[in-house]
Amino acid sequence: MNNSAMTQPHAAGTAPAIRHLVIVGNGMAAHRLIETLGCMPGAPEHITVIGDEPHGAYNRIMLSPWLAGEIDTEGLALAPPTADHSPQGQQPRITTRLALRVTGINRRQRRLECADGELIDYDHLVLATGSRSAMPDIAGINHQGVGGFRDLADARALADSAEQGGQAVVVGGGLLGLEAAEGLRKRGMQVTVLQRSHRLMNRQLDDTAAAMLAQQLSERGIQIRTGVQVAEILGDAEGCVSAVRLQGEDTHLPAQRVVMTTGITANVEPGRSAGLVCDRALVVDDQLLTSDCHISALGECCQFEQHTYGLVEPIWRQVEVLARRLCGSTGVPYHEASCATRLKVSGISLFAFGPTDAEGDHEVLTYHDNERGEYRRLLLTDGRLVGAVLYGDTRMGPWLFELSQQGVGLDAVRHSLLLGQADTEALMAEQSSCVDHDPDNRLDNQLKHQPSKNKTHQEAA
Amino acid sequence: MTQHRQQPDSDLLARTTCPYCGVGCGVKAQLVEGRMVDVEGDDQHPANFGRLCVKGSALAETLGDRGRLLQPLVDGRAVDWQVALSETASRIQAIRDEKGNAAIAGYLSGQLLTEDYYVANKLFKGFLGTPHLDTNSRLCMASAVAAYKRSFGADAVPCNYEDLEEAELVVLVGSNLAWNHPVLFQRLRVAKARNPLMRVVVIDPRVTDSCELADLYLGIRPGSDARLFNGLLAWMADKGRLDSLYLQRHTNGFEEALAAAREGESSIEAVAADCDVDTERLETFYYWFASQLHVVTLYSQGVNQSTSGTDKCHTIINCHLAGGKIGLPGAGPFSITGQPNAMGGREVGGLANQLAAHMDYDSPGALERVTRFWSTPSLTPDLPEAPGYKAVELFEAIERGEIQALWIMATNPLVSLPDANRVRTAIERCPLVIVSECMLDTDLVELADIVLPASGWSEKDGTVTNSERRISRQRGMLPPPGEARHDWWIISQVATHLGYSEAFSYAHPAEIFTEHARLSGFENDTQHQRRLFDISALAELDQDGYDALEPIQWPVSVDSPRGTARLFEDGRFATADGRARLWPITPRQPHQTLSSEYPLRLNSGRIRDQWHTMTRTSRAARLMNHRSEPFVEVHEADARHYHLTDRQLARITAATGEMRVRVRISPAQRRGEIFVPIHWTDRLSSAARSGSLFQGVTDPLSGQPESKHGAVAIEPLAMAWEASLIVDEALDIQLGSAVHEASIYWTRIPLEHGVCWQLAGDPFVEQRDWREWLTRMLPVAVGPVAEDISAARLRAAGIENGYLRWWLMVGPIGELPGLGWISQRLEEAAHAQPLTDDQRRRVLAACDDGSANQGPVVCSCHQVGRTAIVEAIRQGDDSVEALGARLACGTQCGSCIPELKSVLEEEKSHANAITADTARAVAVG
Repeated sequence: MNNSAMTQPHAAGTAPAIRHLVIVGNGMAAHRLIETLGCMPGAPEHITVIGDEPHGAYNRIMLSPWLAGEIDTEGLALAPPTADHSPQGQQPRITTRLALRVTGINRRQRRLECADGELIDYDHLVLATGSRSAMPDIAGINHQGVGGFRDLADARALADSAEQGGQAVVVGGGLLGLEAAEGLRKRGMQVTVLQRSHRLMNRQLDDTAAAMLAQQLSERGIQIRTGVQVAEILGDAEGCVSAVRLQGEDTHLPAQRVVMTTGITANVEPGRSAGLVCDRALVVDDQLLTSDCHISALGECCQFEQHTYGLVEPIWRQVEVLARRLCGSTGVPYHEASCATRLKVSGISLFAFGPTDAEGDHEVLTYHDNERGEYRRLLLTDGRLVGAVLYGDTRMGPWLFELSQQGVGLDAVRHSLLLGQADTEALMAEQSSCVDHDPDNRLDNQLKHQPSKNKTHQEAA
Repeated sequence: MTQHRQQPDSDLLARTTCPYCGVGCGVKAQLVEGRMVDVEGDDQHPANFGRLCVKGSALAETLGDRGRLLQPLVDGRAVDWQVALSETASRIQAIRDEKGNAAIAGYLSGQLLTEDYYVANKLFKGFLGTPHLDTNSRLCMASAVAAYKRSFGADAVPCNYEDLEEAELVVLVGSNLAWNHPVLFQRLRVAKARNPLMRVVVIDPRVTDSCELADLYLGIRPGSDARLFNGLLAWMADKGRLDSLYLQRHTNGFEEALAAAREGESSIEAVAADCDVDTERLETFYYWFASQLHVVTLYSQGVNQSTSGTDKCHTIINCHLAGGKIGLPGAGPFSITGQPNAMGGREVGGLANQLAAHMDYDSPGALERVTRFWSTPSLTPDLPEAPGYKAVELFEAIERGEIQALWIMATNPLVSLPDANRVRTAIERCPLVIVSECMLDTDLVELADIVLPASGWSEKDGTVTNSERRISRQRGMLPPPGEARHDWWIISQVATHLGYSEAFSYAHPAEIFTEHARLSGFENDTQHQRRLFDISALAELDQDGYDALEPIQWPVSVDSPRGTARLFEDGRFATADGRARLWPITPRQPHQTLSSEYPLRLNSGRIRDQWHTMTRTSRAARLMNHRSEPFVEVHEADARHYHLTDRQLARITAATGEMRVRVRISPAQRRGEIFVPIHWTDRLSSAARSGSLFQGVTDPLSGQPESKHGAVAIEPLAMAWEASLIVDEALDIQLGSAVHEASIYWTRIPLEHGVCWQLAGDPFVEQRDWREWLTRMLPVAVGPVAEDISAARLRAAGIENGYLRWWLMVGPIGELPGLGWISQRLEEAAHAQPLTDDQRRRVLAACDDGSANQGPVVCSCHQVGRTAIVEAIRQGDDSVEALGARLACGTQCGSCIPELKSVLEEEKSHANAITADTARAVAVG
């Protein structure tokens, strides 16, 4: 292991600023970071990535289709990092360490301590340890058969219990919960989703869209219960889960499997133990640096200002910022940007951004085709688009998001907004064109082409 | 109701004539398996040589049984013909017995064929003995007729269509030839292209599409025509431009006419001021007119529809006589008629002041001669001794109760007569109203005691005479639907039931025609007074000869067996002394006067793609594209003054009624003058009968009403909302007029496979909850719906089993997409073709792709929208021909060519502006 004392960042294109970069965590963020560094001049000479899962990096977003049986395990795998695209031909050497758990960080010596006793030195350390399903404090939460849905192990456990059939209860009607529910249903279980809020996906959808979603899922055979809270999880003599009891209800929902999808908890260890500043997650600055200038944090384990992360889009932007810094240049600092939520619940398309519920000064435009399960709701303030919920047909989502980002005034075309991009742009073009579409104006031209004008008539005009 | 349709033997290509305007074009109709599938212009017909306008080329689309009257109705009950005929006869007879012959009246139409007209005239005047038989031709060219008769001694148009092509100067006065006689306008266009020296002058208060060919446009003050032509006569005299020899040899009355023309201040400046035109331009016109021998002055309703219409015609004729510009190729005063058979009606004597065959009551010996001609072994006609009431007077006599039985054929006086609301009241009061009609649902049928189903174009068989005295066959090709019968048959049968079978035992229209031809030649010789109208050379035609009759111009006599192209070539006129007469005219102002209460001058007229009350043309959806709603054209400054914006709704009021119409701001209008179309009826819109705004004042000589000089006020129509609702045909039948209940404004726009209702809500009546209304009103549930509550906008559609059934947009009409897409979906539904998923997604947008919106339709024939035309111009098409080659626009009827040219001009000036901007930017940079 090298032990470089280099502290001064180098300009891009010169010798690497960092000789040995160590990344803890082998998830999608780490994978993306390595891929990005591989294409950049001034990348570290050597990158070691340490993952505690026994298998290589995989696309966690695809766990839902995997659970639903739509793809197989091979389909999950992310391509092993290759770093042969560097324009300067400087390819980082990459070492991947699987099934290795980091237990401590010796910041002074810039050295990692691993569960098997191994010590790994680093010039710079990136923590990309991700998150796990939150396990609320409910009686019976530790019963056998109660788990989350976050990684491949979770997914496998769910698939295994589905082999036996029976009933499953999913606690949490957000994206992950609904995906788990759909996966289990497809694998033959009878599934009930419990949602504390009065509607599904309450952070992304409004009442109408949520109701359409609930109806669609119900039609597929998933029981949806909203406005309910779990009182306790009951188990049998062997400690295996047997049922769920709801607050204010006496009857039990029988369950051989309970999936907790009420939220995620950042994996802040081992950073916190090493004394890094930590709030809900590891606090980073706009260069993704933690309170230690040799340690960065990335993705779901980090916190920037008050934001923590669960969606991939801002994390990709974090990767861009971090990779540039690791290559010795500082560019645009990371900043929080609004982003659209694009969700795919097994064939159900959703797209949303901005406020979920209409407030006082919002003007509301809706399109609803109940029979087809298509719904769009736009929120405008002062003629500008500030939010949208699209359900069913989300093709115009990116365009609407773009319109909202541009902040253009849309009053002149607002009646075409719900119809789509082509309609709106045609209208914009028409309105900006000097050509007047009233055929009567031709008469103006005819008058102009009279050999001499009827002056009295014209002067009157 | 039984419907019996015979299957015609085979497919055929039939030659007939178009039933619309007075040009009288020949039409070839293609029939396949008993259906007319297509029409094209007859290249053998001398009126059009193969050309057709958009109305004519859409003829096949206006056919079909839907909406047709299929059975006689008596007091609202369907009855068989036996009952209908005997009821008609006995009720007429009862009123005759009680009130006398003069209590019976007939009101005919220029839509009737000559044979129908002849039989009607013979029955009413000859056997019912009433003089009160008039026709809607009174409303179009009665003034022209009066002037011809007083000047030439006969109702005889001296010119023909070739004269328009032969002329060196063509003057259009009060005629928007481009819209109203499109095929003639095309002939003129071609002639002008061939003869670069030919000049065209347009004299009209409105800048019409006819100005496209104009070398000079005189936008005169309405009603100043007589002053203008009097000025011309004085100017010609002053400048020594008279044809003294012609005046001396062939005319009377010149001195008096000139003296009248010089009355008051007759300097060109004074005339220009009175006519409100530029002096130089006026003098240019005078100079052109005076210097050319080959001048045709073509005039129409703009001259005729006036309380001094006959005078105006006289001033025009005076100028032609004074310059000897008549009886020559390419010269003459040419009255162009509006209707397909206005002239045929005049020939048989179908006007109240005529007797028969160009004989009037005061023609020496005429009464006795006609009586003799119509007598049979056991019947002697009982002809009235003096003329009857002309149209407006006729309805006044009905109002007074003097006339108690009225039989109306093929016209709708509730729409076309002035003071139309009063006419309605009069008809409502009339004890016996008989209506012969093709269509079931008209404003008039509603008021009739007896309704007699008549055959229509494509079914009727007979002749018509066009504006150049050309008699052509209109041929029956299809059997009439249901119990509908030909008018001549209906009239003859009623006559038979009245006991006159001997005089009305016609088996075929050929028998009627030859009788008419015989009468035209009956004692028509120098021994008696010679009558110009003589078609006696056709009196010997048998049925085959009649069927094979080729178009021919009267007179057709022993002297001119091949017809007569031009009249008065020898300078001999049909007056007693053979001389034409100039009349002294003192110009008069319109009778309807403006006031502070009614400060605007109202003009009215036709639009390019519609015919009369639209019972036929509204059935061809593509004819509705050009102007789909009743409208008013307003000058921009007037619009500002009256707080009107383009495309909003307005209320026009007059002492006699009101109209609610869409505003079109138009530079075509002079300030203080507005224009409305004449076509819309109570069936098609809430309040759009232009007739209701005009007073029933008429020309003292011709009896023609003053339908171009109303006095009105205009204001914005206050409303709570505006909406467009489209329903398919089944829903349309189911809903009827329920959809427009409680609307302050509505217009029904027939589409090919449905109906579009344009609706507006009364602000004092309702704030409509649309979802509730839709659920209550329409039996097909709301499907996709888009709503913008704060902007009060909504779009929704009803889809049943995948078929589009209805479509609604609440919002201003400016946001309404073109209806072509929806119409196509309705058509597909009619062919059991459901919406695709993508179509359903696009249903509220009403297009496959927003960018494909074609804009307003410019070319009706080929349905080419403005967007495509602009696109083609931007791609380099720089002429009408190039556009035609690429898009086919303007290549069929050509009536959109003026519009195409102006789009080209606009684009050119637009491009120039951009170039100039760029140049400026470069210079600055």
